[in-house]
Amino acid sequence: MDNNHNTVLETKNLNIYYGDFLAIKDVNFKVFRHQITAIIGPSGCGKSTLLRSFNRMNELVPSARSEGKILFNGEDIYDPSIDPVEVRRRIGMVFQKPNPFPKSIYENIAWGLKINGFRGSKSELDDLVEQALRGAALWDEVKDKLDQSGLSLSGGQQQRLCIARAIAIKPEVILMDEPASALDPIATLKIEDLMRELKENYTIVIVTHNMQEAARVSDYTAMMMLTGDEERSGTVIEFDQTNVIFTRPKDKRTEDYITGRFG
Amino acid sequence: MTTTIHSLNPQNHLKRDRERKIVRALTFIFALVSVGTTAGIIYELLKETVLFFQEVSIIEFFTDTRWTPLFASKRFGVLPLVNGTLLVAAGAMLVAVPLGLLAAIFLSEYASERMRKVLKPILEVLAGIPTVVYGYFALLFITPILRDLFPETQIFNAASASIAMGFMILPLMASVSEDALSAVPRSLREASYALGATKFETAVQVVLPAALSGVAAAFILAVSRAIGETMIVAIAAGQQPKLTLNPLQSIETMTAYIVQVSLGDTPHQSIAYKTIFAVGMLLFAMTLVMNIISYFITKRFREKYE
Ligand SMILES: Nc1ncnc2c1ncn2[C@@H]1O[C@H](COP(=O)(O)OP(=O)(O)OP(=O)(O)O)[C@@H](O)[C@H]1O
Ligand SMILES: [Mg+2]
Repeated sequence: MDNNHNTVLETKNLNIYYGDFLAIKDVNFKVFRHQITAIIGPSGCGKSTLLRSFNRMNELVPSARSEGKILFNGEDIYDPSIDPVEVRRRIGMVFQKPNPFPKSIYENIAWGLKINGFRGSKSELDDLVEQALRGAALWDEVKDKLDQSGLSLSGGQQQRLCIARAIAIKPEVILMDEPASALDPIATLKIEDLMRELKENYTIVIVTHNMQEAARVSDYTAMMMLTGDEERSGTVIEFDQTNVIFTRPKDKRTEDYITGRFG
Repeated sequence: MTTTIHSLNPQNHLKRDRERKIVRALTFIFALVSVGTTAGIIYELLKETVLFFQEVSIIEFFTDTRWTPLFASKRFGVLPLVNGTLLVAAGAMLVAVPLGLLAAIFLSEYASERMRKVLKPILEVLAGIPTVVYGYFALLFITPILRDLFPETQIFNAASASIAMGFMILPLMASVSEDALSAVPRSLREASYALGATKFETAVQVVLPAALSGVAAAFILAVSRAIGETMIVAIAAGQQPKLTLNPLQSIETMTAYIVQVSLGDTPHQSIAYKTIFAVGMLLFAMTLVMNIISYFITKRFREKYE
């Protein structure tokens, strides 16, 4: 693959264990700047595990442990000198189930800014909140009720609030773990449109079960599968441009999986 | 399949039905007994209270500032007793709330699984210490220290009872708050970490506010425990009904007064004796209100996450 100079994230021989259980094994792949990279594969093959290793969320699971390297702009984020809090500030995350804070819509966004060192005036903060909400295509729907609880919104609106919250602190990368799986088709399309817009300024990695969604929004696709002895550990079996993966996959298993889902 | 036929056997069904009826009848009887006892207590309390207020005006009871039913010149103002109760309870909360919250946050957010397994039982043991022990602890250990620090401290004083009571309530405050903090969904913590929040920011600014109604319920439960607590104040706080905010002075709480009269030689038909029912009724009303408030707060808390 070309455009190596534009690599944002890169894993090198990444293994992740839960206790003694090797969940993902020997993963090598890259995420390119201002591209949408989809991770697809059957349930339990380690997609979430891989995604959560990019912002060091996985280490919040007490039994989790990793080997190998993850380079973020060339720097190993698992290096002992790196503060995971700093990693998470620069690599944001949107979860499968919308999880707004039980605070007002405004505070949901302002809080992240405040803990990340925002020291400006109230009107500057107002501007940043508005910017983030516009960025997540939510502003028009909530501009008159910013002081209402974030939990009072619909599921799709909550998920866009979570996206707004993530982009407010201007990360470089946004990780999304099945962000639309809890939403209806219309809300899903809205989120997909949003991703295409966000691509201008952010790098996006998305886990999805929905083949059409991966084909519609992503530029690159990583196909994960369980491999190895007794097929227990997941790994990336094929990684390429999305149109290549979906039209001329090199690996038979990729083809089976994709056609199985399509057919 | 034979098994499906077996489970459809009407004989089985009848047997289960009979069992269910027996269990239901038994539990109903037990429920009736406990409700009946409560009703009986309230009835007795009310009856004596009404008799008391036939002799003493309810206005005097709530507005007079002196409480001297056991003396020759009798005054029936309950305020000094209420003052004593609230003073000691407030002091106890001053100890129990910050320490209990810190303990709860530590247990739910910082302690490892193994540590929690050790610490929670210790808290429960602390909760099981008889209150009379706390009472002597206050009188024989805390009061001397207070008198060293503040020489004007009286032997029996509100402060030492407050401190001992604070430690007595701490396990309750800690464990109920811990339950509330632990009930906050993991996804909320993850949302916070994913924004680059530290563990402390997450605990104090996300988890604690999300659990606030549960913590408030813990607070109110603790207050009602403090108001109703008897042994510690009877031993360490004194028997001088006084309208004062100075915790170093000897005071008397409502509960301690009831103990004093019950154990003394006050004749049972006298008006002095009847005062304890009026005071008891007031105490009951106060804790009842607290418990009702806590019930509604807890209920609201549940609705939020289920
Ligand atoms: N916290 C955990 N503790 C132990 N094992 C875990 C934990 N989280 C995931 N696993 C295991 O790791 C493997 C990969 O899980 P992961 O959640 O990454 O899969 P996934 O591809 O995201 O699946 P899905 O599509 O169902 O979300 C599974 O076998 C799972 O049981
Ligand atoms: Mg997953």
